[in-house]
Amino acid sequence: MLLRHTPTEVAERNALTINPAKTCQPVGAMYAALGIHACFPHSHGSQGCCAYHRSALTRHYKEPVMAGTSSFTEGSSVFGGQSNLVSAINNIFTIYNPEVIAVHTTCLSETIGDDIPQIASKAVEEGKVPDGKHIIYANTPSYVGSHVDGFANMVAGMVKGLAEPSEMRTKTINILPGWVEPSDMREIKRLTNAMGISFIMYPDTSDVMDAPQTGTHVFYPKGGTPVKAIQASGSSAFTIGLGPLCSTKAADLLKTKCKVEYSITDIPIGIQATDRFLMALSRASGKPVPESLTDERGRVMDIITDMHQYLYGKRVALYGDPDQLIPLTEFLTDMDMVPMHIVSGTPGKRFEKRVNEILHAKGIEANVRNGANADMFLLHQWIKNDPVDLLIGNTYGKYIARDENIPFVRHGFPILDRIGHSYFPTTGYTGAMRLLEQILGVFMDKQDRESPETGFELVM
Amino acid sequence: MADSTHIPSPEKIKEEILSHYPVKVAKKRSKAMVVREKGSDQEIQANVRTVPGIITQRGCSYAGCKGVVLGPTRDIVNITHGPIGCGFYSWLTRRNQTDPGPDGANYMPYCFSTDMQDENIVFGGEKKLKEAIQEAYDLFHPKAIAIFATCPVGLIGDDIHSVAREMKEKLGDVNIFGFSCEGYKGVSQSAGHHIANNQIFKHVVGRNDAKPEGEFVVNLLGEYNIGGDAFEIERIFENCGITLCATFSGNSTMGAFERSHTADLNLIMCHRSINYMAEMMETKFGIPWIKVNFIGAEATAKSLLKIADYFADEGLTARIKAVIAEEMPEVKETLARIKPRTQGKTAMLFVGGSRAHHYQELFSEMGMKTVAAGYEFAHRDDYEGRKVLPNVKVDADSRNIEELKVEADPERFKARINEDQKVRLSRAGIEFEDYEGMMNQMEDETFVIDDISHWESEKLIETYKPDIFCAGIKEKYAIQKMGVPLKQLHSYDYGGPYAGFRGAVNFYVEIDRMVNTKIWKLIEAPWDKKPGITAELAAV
Repeated sequence: MLLRHTPTEVAERNALTINPAKTCQPVGAMYAALGIHACFPHSHGSQGCCAYHRSALTRHYKEPVMAGTSSFTEGSSVFGGQSNLVSAINNIFTIYNPEVIAVHTTCLSETIGDDIPQIASKAVEEGKVPDGKHIIYANTPSYVGSHVDGFANMVAGMVKGLAEPSEMRTKTINILPGWVEPSDMREIKRLTNAMGISFIMYPDTSDVMDAPQTGTHVFYPKGGTPVKAIQASGSSAFTIGLGPLCSTKAADLLKTKCKVEYSITDIPIGIQATDRFLMALSRASGKPVPESLTDERGRVMDIITDMHQYLYGKRVALYGDPDQLIPLTEFLTDMDMVPMHIVSGTPGKRFEKRVNEILHAKGIEANVRNGANADMFLLHQWIKNDPVDLLIGNTYGKYIARDENIPFVRHGFPILDRIGHSYFPTTGYTGAMRLLEQILGVFMDKQDRESPETGFELVM
Repeated sequence: MADSTHIPSPEKIKEEILSHYPVKVAKKRSKAMVVREKGSDQEIQANVRTVPGIITQRGCSYAGCKGVVLGPTRDIVNITHGPIGCGFYSWLTRRNQTDPGPDGANYMPYCFSTDMQDENIVFGGEKKLKEAIQEAYDLFHPKAIAIFATCPVGLIGDDIHSVAREMKEKLGDVNIFGFSCEGYKGVSQSAGHHIANNQIFKHVVGRNDAKPEGEFVVNLLGEYNIGGDAFEIERIFENCGITLCATFSGNSTMGAFERSHTADLNLIMCHRSINYMAEMMETKFGIPWIKVNFIGAEATAKSLLKIADYFADEGLTARIKAVIAEEMPEVKETLARIKPRTQGKTAMLFVGGSRAHHYQELFSEMGMKTVAAGYEFAHRDDYEGRKVLPNVKVDADSRNIEELKVEADPERFKARINEDQKVRLSRAGIEFEDYEGMMNQMEDETFVIDDISHWESEKLIETYKPDIFCAGIKEKYAIQKMGVPLKQLHSYDYGGPYAGFRGAVNFYVEIDRMVNTKIWKLIEAPWDKKPGITAELAAV
């Protein structure tokens, strides 16, 4: 057994987190920053933070993640990181020539209280920032919230640092996609294009974190939202934010700063969340949902109705980030599956309420917990007490899946041991089809592996 | 490899790389880039602060302490005291394999953290840490619990050592100790190695005086069982009749550390991460140490023969020679098959504190040339040899890392060999307490670069077009996007083992695959290769 010390009996813990279902803010800020074209993410803290975040993102995407660090030493921790950051800014613009440096803080620089805008303006005063180049920033203390908040804070940092207020209103719709994969960003753009809508989306990591092999390392790949587009988002007609935790902060700031009204809807995972996204697009633009998308929806419904017997009543344990787990739970219950245990390390009161609303509508009582001590150790204990047929979550679930012999679908961050998430979306109707293919695939693989020879099925 | 007639001189390349930097940066980096002149004593700048913003390979002290040195020990509950990230990122990511058997304790698949919140930063985190230790104890009753401090812990002044003492006393039957390995300590992972050595020496080594049975008892220091390297070395030792007391720290247990001071000899693999432990064990208990290298088949054989020479026992020597004779045919057969395809190819190695040196052995066995190499977190002695130690300036960053004052143990110190024997063995070629460093082995006109930046790597690759580049996960895909295969020498790209005889065979096969695949030729689309083809296709 890999997790041989996990007892079945659940004892409440107050202080010790075991096998977390979250990580810290800066990695989210780094990921978001990679979604701006020619942006150089910079970690204002010890070298280890930057090394860890680059490693985590690199393992997840199998792509270069270029980022800098202020390389704090004991001295800078005592006297402040100003001189490190000013020299980092100078070095980055000189050596790597980005359009934007996106600075995020760490628990170190937050604890000592470094003032990033003050340091950035000092760099400007000292002539370290070339004309037309930008520094944006986000405060991302690791001891508050989770990686999801870090992402949200950096997207808000884009609005704060780049979006320009304007008297003029265009017909463009802003889309804040939330923390989704490059494949999902691509899919969200495809859906919006299919609606015939002019839009600005940021961040956009497609064509950055799924860059082609060309034999040349393009330091700033062709993807990412151009700075000009983010600047122009202040004149857009409306903003649709996907995922309340990831996108509300930025949408709200854009409203305050540039008077762009907004609505927030779930990340379009599954049938109903995608329906809501398309209707939000339709409402904001006045354009109808085209037949091609209705057909896509029909194809998903066709799979579900055809394969319903394999899905009905199947018990599921899932863990990950609130913005993903909410629509995912809804999708599972829509297919008559039964989420039994749901865990997210990311704090926030709204999560349990939303998930329980979805579950209660179907008469399901489940173990749902998020925030402090809501970790994968607890999830595993719940599973030992009430076994499940399917586990959905990031790669760390493979230890539980193997010990308990549970079919396992990888979803979320990080996925360290499979490819696919960068290239095949799980959002939109196409994404729902992929999720279905994965879920049915692991069920049927298990049946094929374990069924008695007499009951081995050719057709399923 | 680029046609060598078109490559500018190394000095010219260096100049070009530096010319792109701001003046101050160029001045600093210049001292970390040495063009090798064989036979001369060259000085390299190492173990100094990284230039902010430069894109470094380096990590932090916590990573070196918790991740590298303590990571591979299975029966200890390692609690990270800090916000969640540090514990999360060091959770299983270093591929240390371990074999606890069906019932043995193994906490390595677990991540333990106090997940500090803002109120802990404001009001202090000691209370939460104590509670976390209590909860870990109640759940697991482990033999040992270690506490690792992350950046904010040092800044807010949590005293993890007094918490450790208090809880150790309170709980009674568990060894508890802390590591002040805040990420800002030192200039790289290296500081963390030192801190880890100190605390393991202070709190664990020497707690059990029962010497393992066996005539020839050794410790293996600085071997972390990435991809099963330690398993391969254990296999070889067993065949040779050498008793392994403790490995620091691949496939290790607290029990093995506790009695490691009873060994007859310490063998050092990774000099950088563990030489402190060897020095302290020699001073306190009288165990001599020698540098060994089990990376490369020839190097493995040589290292085994050194052990034979040390013990000077006919039986052992015969057995070691027999093992070498038994293992070598497969190695030679594989080499005979592969070397014609690898001969003359070129490699660059920028990794670690010893691997960039050790792996040159394997490449040279395959007839491949190392054209540039350097470490991520080493010190001058790892490049220039321990002879420079008296001349190494101790700067403020190093001075902040505690040097333990160690004295001979009044009861347990026992010199394993006397001075006469030492002199005799030295004459026979066994260098005690010595390491000659990487540079000595590097050919003329090759590059030695410490703490290489992304910019420098990119320029080197553009110029030399090496057949393979060795580094880590952060470098891997950027380099491969340039069309050059990258072998990870931290994680082995999830392969291995590469140590010992079987490891050498694995490595030959792997490198042959990497440098000889034709897959790279398929990158360019046919319509880009032949400009006219698109028009031709359109015409059809």
